[in-house]
Amino acid sequence: MRLTGSARIGDTPIFKDLDLSLEAGAWTCLLGASGVGKTTVLKLFAGLDEAVTLSGHLEAPERVALMAQSDMLLPWLSALDNVVIGAKLRGDRVDLDRGKEVLSRVGLADQAARKPTALSGGQRQRVALARTLMEDRDVVLLDEPFSALDALTRAQMQDLTAELLADRTVLLITHDPLEAARLGDRIVIMTAHGLADVPVPQGRIPRALDAQDVLQTQANLLNQLRMPS
Amino acid sequence: MTGWRAGLAAALLGIALWQAVIWATGVARFILPPPALVAETIWKSRALLAEHAAITMAEVLIGLVLGALLGFLSAIGLAASPVARALVKPMLVFSQAIPVFALAPILTLWLGFGLWSKITMALIIIYFPVTSSFFDALMRTNQDWLGMARVMKARPWRIMWYIRIPSALPGFASGLRLAAVYAPIGAIIGEWVGASKGLGYLMLLANGRAKTDLMFAALIVLAVLTILLHAGVNKLCEKTLDRSAG
Repeated sequence: MRLTGSARIGDTPIFKDLDLSLEAGAWTCLLGASGVGKTTVLKLFAGLDEAVTLSGHLEAPERVALMAQSDMLLPWLSALDNVVIGAKLRGDRVDLDRGKEVLSRVGLADQAARKPTALSGGQRQRVALARTLMEDRDVVLLDEPFSALDALTRAQMQDLTAELLADRTVLLITHDPLEAARLGDRIVIMTAHGLADVPVPQGRIPRALDAQDVLQTQANLLNQLRMPS
Repeated sequence: MTGWRAGLAAALLGIALWQAVIWATGVARFILPPPALVAETIWKSRALLAEHAAITMAEVLIGLVLGALLGFLSAIGLAASPVARALVKPMLVFSQAIPVFALAPILTLWLGFGLWSKITMALIIIYFPVTSSFFDALMRTNQDWLGMARVMKARPWRIMWYIRIPSALPGFASGLRLAAVYAPIGAIIGEWVGASKGLGYLMLLANGRAKTDLMFAALIVLAVLTILLHAGVNKLCEKTLDRSAG
């Protein structure tokens, strides 16, 4: 998967001369300040780009899965029905047994019949993760999926997501340096000048929160983000 | 329960004011009959009132169901098709510029003196509020959901059925609530223009014979039935449609 070129929305340039390749089977963390165009990159990969004019080239698979900051659960459906909504929307056969199995993998086996309003923020995001798993795509796009969660829930969700989406091609958009340090097989900082690769800590993701090099990487990332552009 | 009590208190206050006006002005009872007389007339003429009320309510209910159904389908058609929007929406707005009163004689001419001219009148009067509030809600679907559906490669009609319609049902419900109040207006207008049955017909008849107390009686029966209809539709909406919003 690769995105090259420049993009604008209307007359407003979003990014220039970008060249981002995603390595298959690895997590790429795209880190950057607000307004630098991270979300536009994700939208281009997701095919949600009708407002974006891209002068360049996009190489992306036809089918991807998306998980965003908002859980995007349909409030009138149960957790289980939300998990299997993709098949319903496509007119495919709805596999409720697999839906239940996926829900139990995110630890919500006994919440399947509940409506989203009866679940906590963390539980709702788990349902969203289950829905993403249910889609079963090789490429998964994560648009700040943990940023609305409290610190403890966020750490748990990062662990769970990294475990369940291991070996998939993942693009994680985040503005959280610690998250990037924990979850990136590759970490790329996006600024107005373009992309910069950052050395990643050792070890498989999800890396431990208290590992020395994870904390060091977090500090490095924060320093780079703070540099005036 | 408090709403119910407040309504009763307001009704009592209205009756007290009504009586106060009569005491203060000494107005003749054939101009403004006192509440007690109207109450007596309602009781004495209950069979007559019930017979005509049944006709009016039949017109209202059939008009309401048909108008709601037609409005539901129209809103979906408009929301699904940009071509339909471009062609039909101006027509809808233009149709609202025609006073419904002006249509009543034509409908009577076309459909006769029976139920159908009144049903059609009620239908026409509620069609626009139902269609427009449901259509607006259909066009306001959460963009995140639509984006997710597109990433999932959803089919447009399935997006309509599984996302847009359920999320717009509260909008449909608010259209229905308005319709419950408007539909009796349509039926009564239809009856005024040409009918031999119904509360509207009874009001004209009583008025012509200077039976003001009977006219007021019919008016109050109509008002009470309209309030009950609105309350019933409201309950129904709360139990079913409103829930979908979460």
